[in-house]
Amino acid sequence: MAECHPVGFQWVMEAKARGATIIHVDPRFTRTSAMADIHAPIRAGSDIVFLGGIVRYILENDKAFKEYIIPYTNAANIINKEFKDTEELAGFFSGWDPVKGEYDGASWGYEGVEETIPAGGHQEAVPGGSTPHVPGKAVTSARRDETLQHPRCVYQIMRRHFARYTPAMVADVCGVPEELFLRIAEALCKNSGRDRTGAFCYAVGWTHHTVAVQYIRTAAIIQLLLGNMGRPGGGIMALRGHASIQGSTDIPTLFNLLPGYIPMRHPKYNGVDDYLKSNTASAGIWSAFPAYFISLMKAWFGDAATKENGWRFNWLPAITGDHSHMATVADMVDGKVKGYLVMGENPVVGSMNGTLQRKGMAKLDWMVVRDFALTETADFWRTAPEVVSGEVPSGQIGTEVFFFPAAAHTEKEGTFTNTQRLLQWHHKAVEPPGAARSELEFTWKLGKRLKALYAASRDSKDDALRALTWEYPESSPGEPDAAAVLREINGQGLLDGRYINAYTELKDDGTTACGCWIYAGCTAGGVNQTARRKPAREQSYVAPEWGWAWPNNRRMLYNRASADPAGNPWSERKRYVWWDAALGKWTGVDVPDFIADRAPTYRPVPGATGLDAISGTDPFIMQTDGKGWLFAPSGIVDGPLPAHYEPQESVVENALYPQQCNPMRMEWHRRDNPYHLAYRDPRYPFLITTYRLTEHHTAGGMSRWLSWLGELMPEMFCEISPELAAERGLEHTGWATVSTARGEVQCRVVVTQRMRPLRIRGKMVHQIGMPYHWSWIGRVRGDAANDLIGFVADPNVHIQESKVLTGNIVPGRRATARRATLGGSPGNAIELPEPGPLRNLPGMVPFKRQPLQNDPEKE
Amino acid sequence: MGFLKILGDHWPLAKQIAERDVTGLGSLSWSERSVGLRPRIDGAEVHQSVCPYCAVGCGQKVYVKDGKILDIEGDEDSPISRGRLCPKGSATFQLVTGTHRVRNVLYRKPYGTAWEKIPLEQAMEMVAARVKKTRDETWDAKDEKGHDVQRTLGIAHLGGATLDNEENYLLKKLYTSLGIVQVENQARI
Amino acid sequence: MPQGFFTDTTLCIGCKACEVACKQWNQLPDDGFDFTGFSYDNTAQLGASTWRHVAFVERPVPLGGTQLGNFSWLMMSDVCKHCARAGCLEACPTGAIVRTEFGTVYIQPEICNGCGYCISACPFGVVDRREDDGRAWKCTLCYDRLKADMTPACAKACPTASIQYGDLVQLRVKAKERVVELQSRGLAEAYLYGVDAENQPGTGGLNAFFLLVDKPEAYNLPPDPVVPTKLMKRSWLTMAGAALGLGVLAVSAVVAP
Repeated sequence: MAECHPVGFQWVMEAKARGATIIHVDPRFTRTSAMADIHAPIRAGSDIVFLGGIVRYILENDKAFKEYIIPYTNAANIINKEFKDTEELAGFFSGWDPVKGEYDGASWGYEGVEETIPAGGHQEAVPGGSTPHVPGKAVTSARRDETLQHPRCVYQIMRRHFARYTPAMVADVCGVPEELFLRIAEALCKNSGRDRTGAFCYAVGWTHHTVAVQYIRTAAIIQLLLGNMGRPGGGIMALRGHASIQGSTDIPTLFNLLPGYIPMRHPKYNGVDDYLKSNTASAGIWSAFPAYFISLMKAWFGDAATKENGWRFNWLPAITGDHSHMATVADMVDGKVKGYLVMGENPVVGSMNGTLQRKGMAKLDWMVVRDFALTETADFWRTAPEVVSGEVPSGQIGTEVFFFPAAAHTEKEGTFTNTQRLLQWHHKAVEPPGAARSELEFTWKLGKRLKALYAASRDSKDDALRALTWEYPESSPGEPDAAAVLREINGQGLLDGRYINAYTELKDDGTTACGCWIYAGCTAGGVNQTARRKPAREQSYVAPEWGWAWPNNRRMLYNRASADPAGNPWSERKRYVWWDAALGKWTGVDVPDFIADRAPTYRPVPGATGLDAISGTDPFIMQTDGKGWLFAPSGIVDGPLPAHYEPQESVVENALYPQQCNPMRMEWHRRDNPYHLAYRDPRYPFLITTYRLTEHHTAGGMSRWLSWLGELMPEMFCEISPELAAERGLEHTGWATVSTARGEVQCRVVVTQRMRPLRIRGKMVHQIGMPYHWSWIGRVRGDAANDLIGFVADPNVHIQESKVLTGNIVPGRRATARRATLGGSPGNAIELPEPGPLRNLPGMVPFKRQPLQNDPEKE
Repeated sequence: MGFLKILGDHWPLAKQIAERDVTGLGSLSWSERSVGLRPRIDGAEVHQSVCPYCAVGCGQKVYVKDGKILDIEGDEDSPISRGRLCPKGSATFQLVTGTHRVRNVLYRKPYGTAWEKIPLEQAMEMVAARVKKTRDETWDAKDEKGHDVQRTLGIAHLGGATLDNEENYLLKKLYTSLGIVQVENQARI
Repeated sequence: MPQGFFTDTTLCIGCKACEVACKQWNQLPDDGFDFTGFSYDNTAQLGASTWRHVAFVERPVPLGGTQLGNFSWLMMSDVCKHCARAGCLEACPTGAIVRTEFGTVYIQPEICNGCGYCISACPFGVVDRREDDGRAWKCTLCYDRLKADMTPACAKACPTASIQYGDLVQLRVKAKERVVELQSRGLAEAYLYGVDAENQPGTGGLNAFFLLVDKPEAYNLPPDPVVPTKLMKRSWLTMAGAALGLGVLAVSAVVAP
């Protein structure tokens, strides 16, 4: 956090000054470790064992915050008889289909509730496919045992599930000594309860894995068990890396979502009614799903969307599978994609297997790149290594490329949504230089031109575009008014023209329009709430009048949990939101994230639906049952509880289960994307982990061109331990070549005690640290670490595994860049053991596997 | 003394004696510039902004005179950052005013070997035509299984995490109406 | 009223925001793109174009008060010390270097003739001549900003308040309290470097002083800096004595025979 979010880290330093214990778990000793009280060097890719060990420690030592977990979480819920845990099925949960390579989660449900209980948020993850269902009906009839003794209650299932995750196992698999692990577990438990809270912060070190979502799930389980959710000083903080990366998922430029986490159309829905029915939860916030969706259709299609025509649901394009980034790049390589628009991204450096990205781009008909400078992505056809070397001559690349200079944030106005869901308006200070323009203007004008080109069309495929509401006032000549766009996002009543003040005002009868329901209220009263800048010193520490947070300006989600079941603060120190019995409503220093007048004593009558089904002690109102989910009966495709699987490429076999890797991981079996052996690949004996440095920004597009940042970290390097240096003959500041089956990169060597070999399953394991900021253009240059990494992904969110892989390191510079994409040999001459170790139990196929003859993995 | 003063205009030592600053380390050493020194942002307009790098969302103040940015520094009013910035945030001035920024639309013909400058309007027209042509040629009313899909898989988009919400909103809105589904951003990278 | 910096290295996260904020405000060019291998320090030293420099010290020894084991990583943002007795100022023959109303030491670029006397007169090696214009440059302690009651750029940017700017008297009190606090938390090694004349007689105390947890040499600071001009009186006296002796010798040589 000190490395990549230094200004956010000031609050950690504040906490430290007040006596907080700072614990840093990371394969490397970083600038964060330097400030910590405890640093635990861990083997990259083993965090579920580490976190699972903490879960076990809490359960076996009876450290859970019982007064919190019994009413607020599903610890007491009894799970269906049919459910079987990994303990019973050799590393699998019940419902595994070895032929399809995926789970049917039907057996993971609550006893007493027939339908699937949908998870809040990512609704498309509801398993069960095509059959219409009313998710979570009769959620009030779920059976619970508040003594937590029932053998099938979540608490007891967890005890059995995590029994393997002992301190000895943590030491053996993660390389964290038992004594150190226990100190951390104790510190966490000691700092939780009525009067104390603990927080978790993470970044892509947790998300770039084939089990990424389960990492976060394990942390969520710890935080729920310790009563650290919805309370000041608690929570799990995702430290996101881009100014509006949160905003770009809220209002998604993502394939599977519409604004506000509304799922895209899919053939599994039999028309709009089925779509609405399937996505409407029986209780909780998602019970008003039709109002959110219909208001979006009204915002986009205006009068053209009516109840009679199904709100023009049929105008939405349908997704039929995975259209995520890596799937699209693979399709590009296979010639299926013709046109590509890239805005403010540099995938050739920032995404996995950079050569594969370029190979795909070379197959396009046309490409548009919008950025400040000619990035490697824009200039690939001219200066890419394989072009310069003559392997792929420029004259053989048929792609037509348009480079548009982009306006900077100082040259346009609009909002960023930061990592805390806070929308902040930035004002325009100057005009953009030359032909530079904002994406807003580019997109608006492209839309206007396309509308003109299709104006005369009578083809039904063009109806949506022709009806699209696209009239915006101009804030300066040619530039659409961002404030007007924000007002459309906020929403308006169509009968009275009033701006929506909160998402609860949205209607399902077509009388409201709203571009993103979770952002409803950001221009409440016609005032741009996101531009509020009341100085911090003039308001409470929560600072509710600085910017605007979704939903409804709530700064902390689920904050009803900051009060005890009776509605009183857990302690004076931890006061945040509480029930004011005299006024008959919730109050506090933040906007209560609860039904404003729902008394703590309220209990739903059996069969209640909508918000009526939320009891006065159900703080997690985005969930259908209002409970924090220790056990996830739905919403996660690879299991209701986290289980440790080794990374796609590991140095050891899985000590926890016979199944080596996440059985649902996504693989791209292609010759241009070869994998190493599952473990103990003699060609690739070391672990590699990649990361960012304070001095640079991701793929470097906003840092490598600047002299002030470039001079601070001028060259690509790798970090290794003195032990590995001695073993491989590597010299500090000398050169090394790091290789994988995908390719090889050269870098300077930093030999440092900040890297330590770990003893894993009796064997010394070396880890190589590699920042990934550099490439061949810019003020400072170097090889791109991501060229080493293959396409393999988590099945829930389709994110790549770049934080752990195996590789080799030798002294000296590379002769030429060997790349599997261009037919380069995938390794040195060591003969492979026959057959190599397996990633899956015999007879299993992994999820989303593209078969290939001559499978290099020999599985 | 008058004599010393006249002498002092030509001979520093005389001036030092005259001004009772014998060591020459006092007021005599001051130049006019030093005496009148003011920060360059004196009298500049201030625009409140937000750091464009990571997602902490630090407040920035952008100081402008005559349509030019003079300085970008932290906004002390921000409850998030309290006026502080990291090295990247502190380098924002160079990010937005640096010579690395391209000012023209550049175009590379298929199989071309060099960039050429083209006017913005012409480029917009060409891109709109490409989108239409590709969309029309790759339109799928139904997929291979016969499902009604109403889309094109011929066009894809990447980007968004460094863009404003308003920009992402228009992008998603436009792409969806065009039937473009392969829309992705850094959030998945 | 004298103003200054208190740089508390126990709060430094080595982010180098100070280096960049300084370059931004003072519009300084880069200092070259050299990979040094000195831990995460590629700036290496203070210079004509680098007026804040973060040093990184990797040590195979534990840091008191933490449970980090036998390793620690120290960071320190170095800067011109604005010595109470400034060698550079006293050595400057043109009057380019002045002590400001804030007690800081400021080089007036329009007066500096690039003679370089100040460079050898600085016991910390702070002052440096720029190749292109030949003049001497160093931290101005944001003299222009101070005149408008603004915080110096580095102190303002510092994310963790490792660099604190303020009234020197108050900073000294705060710093001494901080040492006591750190020592009570088990960081027995904490001490102040150059906090006042008593602490560092050779410089008369530093207007930019530091809280350190290792020997000064570990951070590339001199253990006992002495401003050369401080020795001037003694050298003049010695010289006078020598001259006198020579005179006596000469006279006696003439008179004696």
